[in-house]
Amino acid sequence: MRKATAIIILALVGYYFLSVFLTVPFGEKRNNVGQYYLHNTVRETGAVNSVTAIVVSYRGFDTLGEVTVLFIASLGLGAILFDKKGKKRRLQHASLIVRVGAHMLYPLIVLLGAYVFVHGHLTPGGGFQGGAIIATGVLLMFISYRSFETSHKALTYIESIAGMTFVLTGLSGLIWGNSFLQNVLPLGEPGRLISAGIIPIIYIAIGFKVGAELTGLLDNMLKTIKSD
Amino acid sequence: MIYYITAILLILIGMYAVLTKKNIIKIVIGLSIVDSGVNLLLISIGYIKNGTAPIFSVKGLTPDKMVDPVPQALVLTAIVIGLGVTAVALSLVIRLYDHHKTLNIDKIRKLKW
Amino acid sequence: MIMIYVLAAIIIIAAIFSITQKDLILAVVGTSAISVILSIFYYLLQAPDVALTEAAIGIALSTIIFVIAIKKTERYEE
Repeated sequence: MRKATAIIILALVGYYFLSVFLTVPFGEKRNNVGQYYLHNTVRETGAVNSVTAIVVSYRGFDTLGEVTVLFIASLGLGAILFDKKGKKRRLQHASLIVRVGAHMLYPLIVLLGAYVFVHGHLTPGGGFQGGAIIATGVLLMFISYRSFETSHKALTYIESIAGMTFVLTGLSGLIWGNSFLQNVLPLGEPGRLISAGIIPIIYIAIGFKVGAELTGLLDNMLKTIKSD
Repeated sequence: MIYYITAILLILIGMYAVLTKKNIIKIVIGLSIVDSGVNLLLISIGYIKNGTAPIFSVKGLTPDKMVDPVPQALVLTAIVIGLGVTAVALSLVIRLYDHHKTLNIDKIRKLKW
Repeated sequence: MIMIYVLAAIIIIAAIFSITQKDLILAVVGTSAISVILSIFYYLLQAPDVALTEAAIGIALSTIIFVIAIKKTERYEE
């Protein structure tokens, strides 16, 4: 009874949804705000990657909101899974091949993550991708070794300082410029590493913050598995 | 056109899992599938036939045949927020299991503390 | 052109497989397979930033969070 009702309702919803989307032609060029962003990105912001310029410079306030949402999610997870006894036992060692391989791959993964978020305005990439890659590298070490620990205090300091850097950069735009998060540094020549004003600074701060946050999230969830 | 149909089918399969299944972890898996479907739908709207990626990597590229960059910027945010929602939902599931010792939503509704 | 049809069929089959399995670990593997093929789709739609993000977040981090939650609760449905 429940399944039949669900299928009928979903068939109705799917039919109307599909009939709306079949009237939108696929792959046609439309004149919208994206055309303005494409034509004026290199001149106004100095960044070569158009998506980075939109995320950090034209719509930078939404990125501040997203960083806040990630912070609240990590905080909520730590508060819900809080255990007063706090037994910190982990699973056993992995086998020899996994241990040696993880030991050799871990610095390379962290280096790749740092490369991705430093060159965010020149190549595809940015703060969120780089932070996720760094968290994956730390996860590899968590799984392979029983005694790999990350210090709780260091993660807290990195996350707080990176978050404050983002907000202070925005406020410096308010003090020396016209609006919040405005570019107040010289733009430079597009295509070089040090260019595009405040965009590399913001993305480096976001990369550190997201990496520390996701590492803390994984540490919280892995902490209370008892070995049997 | 095949992209629209795939995205809408993903949304419908995810919603079916949320409506009908009785195990809480299946419901959270369905929620994650709905997230993936919606992101695919958003990006396939901004595609232009024979277009290229919106990055001016070489000096002489013209922005006439580039794909729309605004949906890509919005989906970047949406993917990260989808991960945040999944993480908080699973932590609630772990707490519910510690308290009620079962993962069936019918039994959890009947128990009263 | 034929490749896009094959990949779309694989996504739908993986989604249906993932919600009709009794072993929850197999369901999570199906969700991770959806993320892999979705990352290929984002590359074919000329969106390299989004493909990187989906590959980094959907394949590794989402799967490990599900596996930890399954380990702390029950593995088989009902």
